[in-house]
Amino acid sequence: MNKTVNQKAWFLVLPVLILVAFSAVIPLMTVVNYSVQDTFGNNQFFWAGLEWFEEMLHDDRMWNALKRQLLFSGIILAIEIPLGIFVALNMPKSGFWSSFCLVLMSLPLLIPWNVVGTIWQIFGRVDIGLLGYVLDKLGIDYNYTQDTLDAWITIIVMDVWHWTSLVALLAFAGLKSIPDAYYQAAKIDQASRWKVFRYIELPKMMGVLMIAILLRFMDSFMIYTEPFVVTGGGPGNATTLLSIDLVKMALGQFDLGPAAAFSLMYFLVILLISWVFYTVMVNLDKKGM
Amino acid sequence: MTLELKGVSKVVEGQTHIHPTDLTLEKGTMNVLLGPTTAGKTSLMRLMAGLDVPNSGQILWQGEDVTGQRVQDRKVAMVYQQFINYPSMSVYDNIASPIKLMGVSAKEIDTRVRETAEMMKLTPMLDRKPLELSGGQQQRCALARALVKNAGLVLLDEPLANLDYKLREELRQEIPKIFEASGSIFVYATTEPEEALLLGGNVATLWEGRITQFGPTPRVYRQPVDATTARVFSDPPMNFLAVSKTGDRLMFGDGQSTPALGKLAELPDGRYTAGFRPNHLEIMSGGTQAMKFTAKLQVTELTGSETFVHLDHHGERWVGLIHGVHDLTLGADLDVWLDARHVYIFGEDGALVAPAAYALAA
Repeated sequence: MNKTVNQKAWFLVLPVLILVAFSAVIPLMTVVNYSVQDTFGNNQFFWAGLEWFEEMLHDDRMWNALKRQLLFSGIILAIEIPLGIFVALNMPKSGFWSSFCLVLMSLPLLIPWNVVGTIWQIFGRVDIGLLGYVLDKLGIDYNYTQDTLDAWITIIVMDVWHWTSLVALLAFAGLKSIPDAYYQAAKIDQASRWKVFRYIELPKMMGVLMIAILLRFMDSFMIYTEPFVVTGGGPGNATTLLSIDLVKMALGQFDLGPAAAFSLMYFLVILLISWVFYTVMVNLDKKGM
Repeated sequence: MTLELKGVSKVVEGQTHIHPTDLTLEKGTMNVLLGPTTAGKTSLMRLMAGLDVPNSGQILWQGEDVTGQRVQDRKVAMVYQQFINYPSMSVYDNIASPIKLMGVSAKEIDTRVRETAEMMKLTPMLDRKPLELSGGQQQRCALARALVKNAGLVLLDEPLANLDYKLREELRQEIPKIFEASGSIFVYATTEPEEALLLGGNVATLWEGRITQFGPTPRVYRQPVDATTARVFSDPPMNFLAVSKTGDRLMFGDGQSTPALGKLAELPDGRYTAGFRPNHLEIMSGGTQAMKFTAKLQVTELTGSETFVHLDHHGERWVGLIHGVHDLTLGADLDVWLDARHVYIFGEDGALVAPAAYALAA
């Protein structure tokens, strides 16, 4: 078969190419540029090759931040996904209370991230914060600025508060799309509540849950604002997650080369983990799991 | 085995979905619920299944009152318009799922699943997931799930409506055979008169929450008790025209008259409604008993070997189904013929006064 070559098509792709170039490719290339050079200011650059990458790979600092990051993302996924599904299952399916719940749950999602951080920063303070004060009065020794565990609990609870509703809303959308006939069929089959969940609701929600998991993973893995506002990465380095560490390195210490190498590896890790998630879940989906 | 509805009704939020209804269905019969959308077919089925509790009346199963009994405790199976299967289970597990919970031995489960799958032509697909099947196969799987249980009552709610034409034809032919073998009571809801005729058995015509007639399908078709039943059991719906009888003649609105023969001759004088099926309208001059009408042609629809003509006869809208493809001018007056033997006469209240002569002869 003869194909007609039409070069005009390039003009149609051009706007997108330009947009992507300025929004993603050029900034990314700047980072690549930094990552293979050393600078002492004055716009003087020296070729460094892969030195920064090697240095970062052998640096405990990045590995520790990565471990903390994986722990953080793991914990919040383990809490938010089941909790979100649980909330969605128990939401009213229609009527006034359904809309009420939807509005109520979108509220945390509408609050700017640094405001969320500020809210929790104040909320948890022992002197003026409601939570901190009550815990203190109950005789519980709680102080997120000094105790590592308290700091972790605070940022995790904050993230759960902020983002569980996203999972719940997505899961709710998935649940709503299940025709009533499925539930009737299950009733007729005498299926238990658990079986209805396992064999009807879960498989039917898989598509949106996949999106929820991906979104929550990527967002939590890049989280910066909220924990930074609450703990500033402390106490010590206890809550210094990847992006906080990166900002410290790039803007605090002005180590542009290592920071650039760090960001590129950071980016690749996110890409890799997201790809793994996606592949696993698409396969599950195909099997109708 | 019988299912009896005694004065069963259903009211939802002030709206009557089912008016008090009496109906008795016998073992091993195929019962078609025929009616347009929102006539109450699904509502009636939900009551039969026990998915809904009636507001009044009783439901008897083998003479025993099961009115308040939950669906879980009844021997019911249901198939829906959507293809309802468990998405994460294989076809085998799907078919096995209704009997797994009934405490049947593993060996018997296996035999019954394989038998049913064979009957529904699903044997080569047993290991697949429902989503890997075609629409027709998915519905076969759902049917197999309903049959494997040996439920005394199998409810099918427009099971073929979502299938394409070819698959529908194929399953329609198989279904009566499969059902004959099983001995359960089958209830089959459909909007299509043609489907009801193909399935045979009994038919209950539904209109606005009431059963207008229940009986053997051909009988209901030939001798509908009233104009509503006739309208429901005809696609396109039956055509009507006002007539009046004076002496030994039937007078039509446009000044035409025809001698009132047979049973019609015995009718008292007065106003009646005449009805005839679309396929009895002809555009060629018929026999000696044919009456000629002149009507305005509004729309024609070609369906290949047949033509639907939509006519305006002095404000009465008629549809005719005529053989062959014709070159007709829209908006022009068209002469049509109607054999008097094909005319049903209904009283002013809609009740059948005299069935068409051809229907009595058959």
